[in-house]
Amino acid sequence: MTEEKYDLVIKPKSSLLDINFKELWKYKDLLFLFVKRDFVSVYKQTILGPVWFFIQPILTTIVFTIIFGNVAKLDTDGLPAPLFYLTGITFWNYFASCLTATSNTFVSNASIFGKAYFPRLITPLSVVISNLIKFGVQFILFLCVFLYYYFTDDRIQPNAYMLLLPVFVIIMAGLGLGFGILISSLTTKYRDFTFLVGFGVQLLMYASPIIYPFSKLSAEWRFWLNLLNPMSSIIEAIKYGFLGKGVFDLFYLSISFIYMVVVLVTGVIVFNKIEKNFMDTV
Amino acid sequence: MQVIKVENISKQYRLGEVSSKTLSHDFKRWIYRLRGKEDPFLKIGEANDRSVRGTSEYVWALKDISFNVQQGEVLGIIGKNGAGKSTLLKILSRVTSPTTGSISVRGRMASLLEVGTGFHPDLTGRENVFLNGAIMGMSKTEIKSKFDEIVNFSGVERYIDTPVKRYSSGMYVRLAFAVAAHLEPEILIIDEVLAVGDAEFQKKCLGKMKDVSLEGRTVIFVSHNLDTIKTICSRGILLKHGNLIQDGSIDDVIETYIKSQINTTESFYEFKVDESENLDCFPVSFKIENKKGQLVNEVPAYEKFTIKIKVVLRKKIEHFVCAIGFCTNLNLPLRTIWSTPKDLEKGEHDILFHMDNVFFETGSYIINLGISTYERTLFSKENFNTLTISDISSDDKPESVLRIKGAGIILNTEKVEII
Repeated sequence: MTEEKYDLVIKPKSSLLDINFKELWKYKDLLFLFVKRDFVSVYKQTILGPVWFFIQPILTTIVFTIIFGNVAKLDTDGLPAPLFYLTGITFWNYFASCLTATSNTFVSNASIFGKAYFPRLITPLSVVISNLIKFGVQFILFLCVFLYYYFTDDRIQPNAYMLLLPVFVIIMAGLGLGFGILISSLTTKYRDFTFLVGFGVQLLMYASPIIYPFSKLSAEWRFWLNLLNPMSSIIEAIKYGFLGKGVFDLFYLSISFIYMVVVLVTGVIVFNKIEKNFMDTV
Repeated sequence: MQVIKVENISKQYRLGEVSSKTLSHDFKRWIYRLRGKEDPFLKIGEANDRSVRGTSEYVWALKDISFNVQQGEVLGIIGKNGAGKSTLLKILSRVTSPTTGSISVRGRMASLLEVGTGFHPDLTGRENVFLNGAIMGMSKTEIKSKFDEIVNFSGVERYIDTPVKRYSSGMYVRLAFAVAAHLEPEILIIDEVLAVGDAEFQKKCLGKMKDVSLEGRTVIFVSHNLDTIKTICSRGILLKHGNLIQDGSIDDVIETYIKSQINTTESFYEFKVDESENLDCFPVSFKIENKKGQLVNEVPAYEKFTIKIKVVLRKKIEHFVCAIGFCTNLNLPLRTIWSTPKDLEKGEHDILFHMDNVFFETGSYIINLGISTYERTLFSKENFNTLTISDISSDDKPESVLRIKGAGIILNTEKVEII
């Protein structure tokens, strides 16, 4: 072995795109153990356990149906109000929970990060995956409600676009992860952003077609809304695929996709840079 | 073979809170970098001495540290609190990165800065073993193959399927250490984690660590327990205020450390006794004199000497006893000498301890002092001075005494008869 051959070199700074995917792969077991931990620990010592996964979207849907449907009488594109709201809520929740949970990565894991080394990216990735499982459970609820209306109400006209769902889920996960790690990197030193996340996500929900249909907006509004919130075109497209009403627009969808790529790449780069020294400032 | 090469490692920290000032410094740094200049804040900064109020906001927790570690070596890092030991370990374990310099490592490295990192209180022992092992860098199959061994070593078999929050703190630590002990890296970095568990378990851990080094693996160890360091390590590094003071054999490094920690031997030591304490009796001075009555800092081995203590009595004391004790530099008690009880009048008295029967081997010894009457302590002071026995040859030394190092306490041979 030559004198200069080392397996690992620890240096102050490295190039921007120095992401060690091989190492990330080596730690895949840890990734799944984290997923398991997140999943198992949340519902330990609860009686209802995973049933809570259903309760949250059901109650939200009921509240939305009463307030926005019955009191405010907002238009639901001619669809049954509960199904309309539940669709929006189920998909929006996945994005929102990915974003909120990953945005705390550094602060909430500081005690582990301060004592052991593993690729830090494992933690936000595990959050995205455990939320995917939670989403999967909630999606089953959505499917049940969807099938009920499908057989009882002929306004529901699903089409082949619903097969694109996996692609949309990946884009949603990418957006949530990208925004999340970007924010978590910024909060290591300046905590200001944590305040933003809390109500920001909630406000952003109103900027997506969950309580109102896209079809009610003018083209100009749609454009700005989509630029502000890349989730809106995706939720609209999913609604179109499953319910037959909504807007499936490739132009807006590609904006969302580009959005995701940019946010994710920037997020990973910034995260990678911050993770080296964040213990000193967090 | 060289497995770790540390080159000019420095780490700078900023003091005070994160505020808008930090933001402006960050901004300045960024502007400098855009213009291709060096970081302006790297030029400033002071040595990390926490007791002195410095002028700079920036301190160097580590400054230009360089050393190499060979395969199979057990390296101990010692230094006072704040010397930079933990920062060095953090950089080695990749928890934080250095400000400047680089470290090159050959082989798989695992660090144990804390036992039970990532243990989740709600998960069972079994689940936590897997989680903790994976955090330490083990694969699932690796943990599976060692699982029985880990449980055996920890001795908590019965509780393995109970959430760890129900464990006693001892059980928790046992399980956590058991995982760590079964990591099989080529290089193991350990921070003071052995200070936990009962005596039996500590012994088990130490044994395990010795085995690790015997298997040809490299260990870097930080602890305040000099005894442990001395038994395990072969080489030592001494840090002080972020600088590397000494790099050498563990005995030499410990010796330097102890000397830097306590007062060096002073032939004349004056006690600073608080007058307001209203003591009936207190010592004034402490002197070490050689056989010619001269004050000396060092006593040659196998030479007689006298310790002279001056005491002041504010009133008459009956049954007055003065004692001095000697401890090794690891604070192990070696010997205590009492004066015979005596009724003393008010005033100043000299107490003379003639050391002419038992001799110490070369090295430094910690001195403790106590004054009592009827077994009631009137005054006591520990670790106020040291006695240094040097290996300068002495006229007194009989030719038969060849080894002065490693001889322990040497009895005056004149008292030994061989018939």
